[in-house]
Amino acid sequence: MARIVAGVATSHIPAIGAAWDNKKTAEPYWQPVFRGFERSKEWITKVKPDVCIVVYNDHMSAFSLEIVPTFAIGCAAEFPIADEGWGPRAVPPVKGHPELASHLVQSLVLDEFDITIVNKMEVDHGLTVPLTLMFGQPDAWPCPVIPLAVNVVVYPVPTGNRCYMLGKAIRKALASYDKDLRVVIFGTGGMSHQLQGPRAGLINKEFDTRFLDNLTKDPQANVRIPHLEYLRETGSEGIEMVMWLIMRGALDDEVKEVYRFYHVPASNTALGHIILENTQA
Amino acid sequence: MALPKEYDDLPGTVVFDADQARKGYHLNMCLMSLMKAENRAAFKKDERAYLDHWPMTEPQKQSVLTRDWNGMLQLGGNIYFTAKLAATDGLSFQQIAAMMTGKTQADYAEMMLKGGRPPEGNRSKSEWKTRG
Repeated sequence: MARIVAGVATSHIPAIGAAWDNKKTAEPYWQPVFRGFERSKEWITKVKPDVCIVVYNDHMSAFSLEIVPTFAIGCAAEFPIADEGWGPRAVPPVKGHPELASHLVQSLVLDEFDITIVNKMEVDHGLTVPLTLMFGQPDAWPCPVIPLAVNVVVYPVPTGNRCYMLGKAIRKALASYDKDLRVVIFGTGGMSHQLQGPRAGLINKEFDTRFLDNLTKDPQANVRIPHLEYLRETGSEGIEMVMWLIMRGALDDEVKEVYRFYHVPASNTALGHIILENTQA
Repeated sequence: MALPKEYDDLPGTVVFDADQARKGYHLNMCLMSLMKAENRAAFKKDERAYLDHWPMTEPQKQSVLTRDWNGMLQLGGNIYFTAKLAATDGLSFQQIAAMMTGKTQADYAEMMLKGGRPPEGNRSKSEWKTRG
């Protein structure tokens, strides 16, 4: 069987990708950000996942307003890097795991999660920035990646509870896979930030800290947060944190926090990052 | 009758929902076309002519031509599409965010360095009204 060994959550701020690509990582503004991931890089080198499932949102790069899938799983063998207006990031293309992705879709749909199957898709900063932060700049990403795209851009977006339950269903799906694989699941986006309008720049450290604490202490408290609370308390883009709940749902009920990093600001955003390990071997 | 929208009370924020998405469909799809280098070149050469290829309203076209970043959002634009226009102009998310708040780039960057805009006083339209 395939099983999840750990969960990683991290913001996926595009400016971080730009800072990395333009070799600004040593600049005083960015240096603390990249230093915050040094231990995480060491950690993932030791964990050596066979596959990563990366929960992220497309920023209208692969999808558009033509079709807006709530949950979509990338089943392709390869996902090219999107040109978001600056030219594509100079990072390796993302190799998928079509066999496991198809298994996930099969299991999840029969489990009543109506997943959209995607066989052709470019991936944008939402997926590539977390890979850069965790793996640096290899010639090829060290393992296959299954993109799980969640609509958090066009309201209505899925509830925190729905996301958490999807995580649980992913865990169940992996258990029925016929090959032994060690999987790390990423929840990306967040934390508090608002990119748009006169209220742009909103940051809520208190909310973010409580959210990070409750990932281990009381996940249900996070699961119950309604959309309006995210909008009011964490800015219009803070809703991305529901994607962290898919990651959390896929883990054991009891998890161990092995690392945390929180930094304000990275561009317009509160950067949050946490690593959670399953406690049952 | 449509359901009431609880998020209408948020100050300085347009929540991009299915209604806004429909209103801004062509505006957003036009901005999305700027993901291709050849389209960016054509747009830069003659913005008006480029916009005229899309069935957008005149106010929507004007909001693009005048780089009215808040105006685009009011007219159905979404930040991830307007960001593609910003990238075409060589502007970052933070630069357009500063413009949308009416601050200078330096003042906005300074506010972020000091921990960002606090939620206190920014939760409801009523709080912005009393502030004047």
